[in-house]
Amino acid sequence: MSEKKPVLHVENITMQFGGVMAVNDLSLDVPEGQIIALIGPNGAGKTTAFNCITGVYEPTNGLVEFCGLPMVRNHPRGKMKKLYQGKDADKYAHDPAIAPTPDRITELGIARTFQNIRLWKSMTVFDNVLTAKHMRADQNVFSATFRTNAKEEKRMRAETEALLVEQNLLQYRDELAVSLPYGLQRRLEIARALATSPKLLLLDEPAAGMNPQETAELAAFIQQIRKEYDLTVFLIEHHMDLVMQISDYIYVIDFGSEIARGVPQEIQNDQRVIDAYLGVSEE
Amino acid sequence: MEKTLQKSPESKAGKLIAVVLIAALYIFLYLLDNVLPPNSFTLMLIPVLKKGAIYSLICVSMNLLNGFTGLFSLGQAGFLLVGAYAYSIFTIPADQHDAVYQYFEGGAIRFSVPEALGRVLGENAGNILGAILCIIFAGLVAAAFAALIGIPVLRLKSDYLAIATLGFAEIIRAIFQWNGLGPVTNGSNMLRKYTDFSDIQIGSVKLATAFPFLISMICIAIIVLLIHSSYGRAFKAVRDDEVAAEAMGISLFKHKMLSFVISSFFAGVGGALLAMYQTTIQANAFKSAMTYEILLIVVIGGIGSVSGSCIASFLYIACNEWWLRFLDSGSFFGISVPFFRDGFRKVVFSVLIMVIVLFFSRGIMGDKELSFAGLMRKHKKKATGGVEGGGQA
Repeated sequence: MSEKKPVLHVENITMQFGGVMAVNDLSLDVPEGQIIALIGPNGAGKTTAFNCITGVYEPTNGLVEFCGLPMVRNHPRGKMKKLYQGKDADKYAHDPAIAPTPDRITELGIARTFQNIRLWKSMTVFDNVLTAKHMRADQNVFSATFRTNAKEEKRMRAETEALLVEQNLLQYRDELAVSLPYGLQRRLEIARALATSPKLLLLDEPAAGMNPQETAELAAFIQQIRKEYDLTVFLIEHHMDLVMQISDYIYVIDFGSEIARGVPQEIQNDQRVIDAYLGVSEE
Repeated sequence: MEKTLQKSPESKAGKLIAVVLIAALYIFLYLLDNVLPPNSFTLMLIPVLKKGAIYSLICVSMNLLNGFTGLFSLGQAGFLLVGAYAYSIFTIPADQHDAVYQYFEGGAIRFSVPEALGRVLGENAGNILGAILCIIFAGLVAAAFAALIGIPVLRLKSDYLAIATLGFAEIIRAIFQWNGLGPVTNGSNMLRKYTDFSDIQIGSVKLATAFPFLISMICIAIIVLLIHSSYGRAFKAVRDDEVAAEAMGISLFKHKMLSFVISSFFAGVGGALLAMYQTTIQANAFKSAMTYEILLIVVIGGIGSVSGSCIASFLYIACNEWWLRFLDSGSFFGISVPFFRDGFRKVVFSVLIMVIVLFFSRGIMGDKELSFAGLMRKHKKKATGGVEGGGQA
């Protein structure tokens, strides 16, 4: 693959829920500046893998590194730890568990969107983006309350305004986020993720529920923001055409395990993928 | 939205109206305290105003937690109790200790902050400054308690959090009544003779009613500033969607803790004011029924509306203590009505509350705020918002 050091390095991630192996021994690398896709049929464990990377779950086994910094590791005291007897069961057991929370991971520079859009319902479009800037603001609760640092608030507002202009969302700025049409809500969610100034953007099924026209626009949009914001993109998707069109490299998983990896051409012609994924697909 | 509001002429006029109304309110309070002769009307009005102002602060502090951060906490009575005691203990004059702590040989703490300051600054200044210092101290003690119990309790969600905080409030009440702490808390006996509203005056100008208004209004203004700051938006993000908030870098624990501690600080201040209003306090009065009363006002006013909480506080207190009193008195404009007897007021009151909840399912204000600019925009001639709303516009 690439000689550059990967932005995201996932090693032997396993996530076990009781007897269910949601993700089984998944390893992957996301090199800087590329668009990498993780695909697989429904229930293959894609979102679970995402949740392990972003700290929502503590994986049963394995390691996630971000820019060379170990970020999430299996938890030695975790409930499933004792039961887990699979591959590399001891490899990560003795290292200290880091297991930061999702907010810490976002602070390090990973932002994500959600499969089922999670905008803040009571807030306007503007406030949704503005609130995502809260984490990076130079302030404390006193300076914010008593307006001793009004410059900071001004800067946040100006940046939000600029971001909305760039994302073509300015005309909706004072509307409630949830009153926007579906496609725009997706775009707003991406804009909100961008507001946290990420290095790596994780998109969880960004094209879910979109028609072919919207999907094509989304493809162009993702490539455009990758360039403009100097991002690395890691996305989950099962719209094959979107993935084939924009990805630099693709990982395919089914029932939690990797079944193939390669550039789009290779994946398209891979018989295991066609069997497991396209054959089973309902679409 | 704020930005666009500031530019419009309505908003400027609205601000002007608010300032004029607040000024008028304080002139009225001055007259009430100093000039107007006490009659049967002012004798009812003054306590309602005082208690309404105090309850406004208490309800807004609860609303900050329940309405703006989405933490369903029922520990408010506990923090009021802590605040009330922290205030009273340090304002009882030294020579009154033997009378107040009569079963505990005069108690363990034998100094009074207002008295100590009074020796240096003169009695009136000492009383005001001492009271304010002790009110702030009361808030800090309540906040410290909140920080302590927040560590285990804030990991719980929704109903479990409510039960845990309710339990905390009951435990605090039991501890404060414990005889072992008697030299400090006076056990289950009441604390009295501490600095109350009637002691607050500048020169010969009495501030008995203006003082609670002033403190409440400052505190509510601070809460409003907080809600409109970056942290307030983060609180709302936690309320709307915890998962999204955390994924956008908002630390759940830190922000829940902040909200909990700040809310408790103002509950503590409210407790101190309540102690001043009542002139005697007893831990036994801070039962969970008190929390429900506050919750009821918050719900009637609208969860997530500061002005709603204030309006509902005044309405509730006025109905409870004044307007519906005649239902208990046995007669109506001189006509004797047999079923108007003790307790009937509560029946009517319950029915009224049910009607409000049925017809205003989201409270009087919903999650909107009362603003004169908004009122003017809607009905250009109907810019009468009532005195109690003036502070928040």
